[in-house]
Amino acid sequence: MAEAGPPERHEPYLYELAWILPSIAIPTTMLVAVVIAAFGMGIHLPGVAGTVDPTELSQTPPFDNPGLTQIGPNHYQLTIIASAWQFQPKEVRIPSGSQVDIVATSRDVIHGMLIPGTNVNLMVIPGRIARATVNFDQPGTYQFMCHEYCGVGHHLMWGRIIVEGTP
Amino acid sequence: MSSQPTHYPADLDSVHRLTGAYIIVALISLTLANVPSVYQALDSAGINLYAALPIFRSYYQGLTLHGVGNVLLWTTFFICGFLSFTMVYALRRPLASMRLAWATFWIMLVGLVLTVIAILANQATVLYTFYPPMRAHPAFYIGLTLVVVGTWLVLLNFVMTYRRWRASHPGEPTPLAAFGSLITFVMWTIASAGVAIEMVFLLIPWSLGLVSAIDPLLARSLFWFTGHPIVYFWLLPAVVSWYTMLPKIAGGRLFSETVARIAFIIFLIYSLPVGLHHQYTDPGISEWWKLVHAFFTFIVFFASLLTMFNVAATLENAGRARGARGWLNWILPLPWHEPAFVSQVLGMLLFIFGGISGLANASYNVNLVVHNTRWIVGHFHLTVGAAVTLTFMGITYWLVPYLTGRALWSRRLALVQAWSFFVGEVIFSETLHRLGLLGMPRRSQISAAEYVMPEWQSFIGMPLVGIGGTIMFVSGILYLLNIVLTVTASRQPARVEVPLAGTAGFFAGDLSFGGVGAGIESFPLFAFLGFSQEGWRLLIRLIWEFLPDSELHVIILCYLPFHNRI
Repeated sequence: MAEAGPPERHEPYLYELAWILPSIAIPTTMLVAVVIAAFGMGIHLPGVAGTVDPTELSQTPPFDNPGLTQIGPNHYQLTIIASAWQFQPKEVRIPSGSQVDIVATSRDVIHGMLIPGTNVNLMVIPGRIARATVNFDQPGTYQFMCHEYCGVGHHLMWGRIIVEGTP
Repeated sequence: MSSQPTHYPADLDSVHRLTGAYIIVALISLTLANVPSVYQALDSAGINLYAALPIFRSYYQGLTLHGVGNVLLWTTFFICGFLSFTMVYALRRPLASMRLAWATFWIMLVGLVLTVIAILANQATVLYTFYPPMRAHPAFYIGLTLVVVGTWLVLLNFVMTYRRWRASHPGEPTPLAAFGSLITFVMWTIASAGVAIEMVFLLIPWSLGLVSAIDPLLARSLFWFTGHPIVYFWLLPAVVSWYTMLPKIAGGRLFSETVARIAFIIFLIYSLPVGLHHQYTDPGISEWWKLVHAFFTFIVFFASLLTMFNVAATLENAGRARGARGWLNWILPLPWHEPAFVSQVLGMLLFIFGGISGLANASYNVNLVVHNTRWIVGHFHLTVGAAVTLTFMGITYWLVPYLTGRALWSRRLALVQAWSFFVGEVIFSETLHRLGLLGMPRRSQISAAEYVMPEWQSFIGMPLVGIGGTIMFVSGILYLLNIVLTVTASRQPARVEVPLAGTAGFFAGDLSFGGVGAGIESFPLFAFLGFSQEGWRLLIRLIWEFLPDSELHVIILCYLPFHNRI
């Protein structure tokens, strides 16, 4: 208070403003960081990647042939069908240093697919094609599991990706 | 504090009975919903109690009961009862129609009974998100729809009550508690359109066999249109309590009523377009829509920051009113012997951390690390499971004695309960957040899973979830025991009053901190924005002038409280 006199009525608004400005700055900074990560560093979310008739999976490529297909040097496509309560395929072997495009869908109810230690986190919804891309640079075993409730056997639904060191 | 004389409507008993009925049903829901909670906590620690004590047909039946009973039934019934009470006391007039109010209650109760029977019969083991094409018995969907319809009728009653109050109080600002209650229900009524459409046009016809196909992604999107705003439906009544009742319990008064109203308005507008942040990993929705929803979610974060500031400043004022000086020693003089205070303040503290982990969820691609992992479980136990639940418990610690006229059975037990719930929650949720980062999925019977990873099982991993969860379970039993004994065994007359402070006018935030802020006005930016009262007026006028042009005419309802003022 610079001068003596009657109490200044506007004083609490100074506190409000002192708080409101950082309250705007903090979320804004975080949003900018998110946008930079998404579009500068290419950490994308699953988007629109087509539809498929869940009753016709065995006749519809690529789901007529689930599993690993090489589509380029060090570049594979992993086609996965989720159904209650298993992934098909349940286990795949991939050379390390590979880029893998995961293409997944569901035959029945909503499932999910999570590979801890990677950015792969997908909802697997019947009728929709889910896509994610992941680079396996470190050899080792990566588990993946269903992370959306899909019935009483939900916790039995999992698989593994074995990344093998290049010979 | 208000200088007007306190005159309450003559037939207070009618709203007391109504509120009491809602709270009884809410507490029964809470009890039912938390029988499975100890099973789940121990399951997370790797101990399978389902085979040893087989009350439930499966882990997932128990999980459905826990989710639906807690977040759809306990919260909704408590909110309808508590805010009806708040409207009546804030406006000092009875509800427009007690007949409508009781019809509403019975519709909701029938809905609850249908839902619970379907779950207990294991005909609706679909969890509280009930994503199709997993199917439940029609009674489950119809029951939940009736509960939602009931909440719309509560709003109808509130609006009629408000209009009558306005007719006899032209030009007066709406009391903040009534304003917050109205905003809560207007926001919820708009938000619940999503799940209502999902129920009426997709799930109910499909579960009855009238249509054979259902679009799972459409159903999910409609669900989350409601499913995120519903968390603000739980939170806003707690905020009403923090803004309008806690100050009096703490011995002070609300720091800034203007900021409180602005926060409510932001909650109203931006609670709605945020649902897709639950669907960041869904195929079939474009990245751009997801980013838009991330943006709006961060605006709600802004409203939460305003609330945090306002409530903290209020508590600081209360501490200073009790003679405290200095930076931090206003904390000690606060009424830490008062369960209604302790429970709510501990809930707020946990809400800070729940809010922070929620920011990771909302952060578009950061969410890839945590989506559908145990992190999420940790997050919502801090928010709805702690901030909202502890606040509602704190409210019942004064409201139940007030309604029954009997003093709380044991104040000491209530303090032990609040603190133990807090400690249990800290252990439980902190561990779940870490387990989520290690890739442990949510909603999974971990004690029977084959994919359990060694790092989850370490001493500071899964066992701590079991310990924290069990502490919360025991604390919940202490809570119910205390409330039941208050109603049945307490012989002391209650000496409580409704802690509603009278509103001091629309721009009421003129409490001074006595010189602490001297000098802030010398910063050029503040000097430019300087002025505060005029700035706020301008902001509100802008909102007010833009809204009538929007399509959401219903929102305008909420601005009625302003219309004689601005």
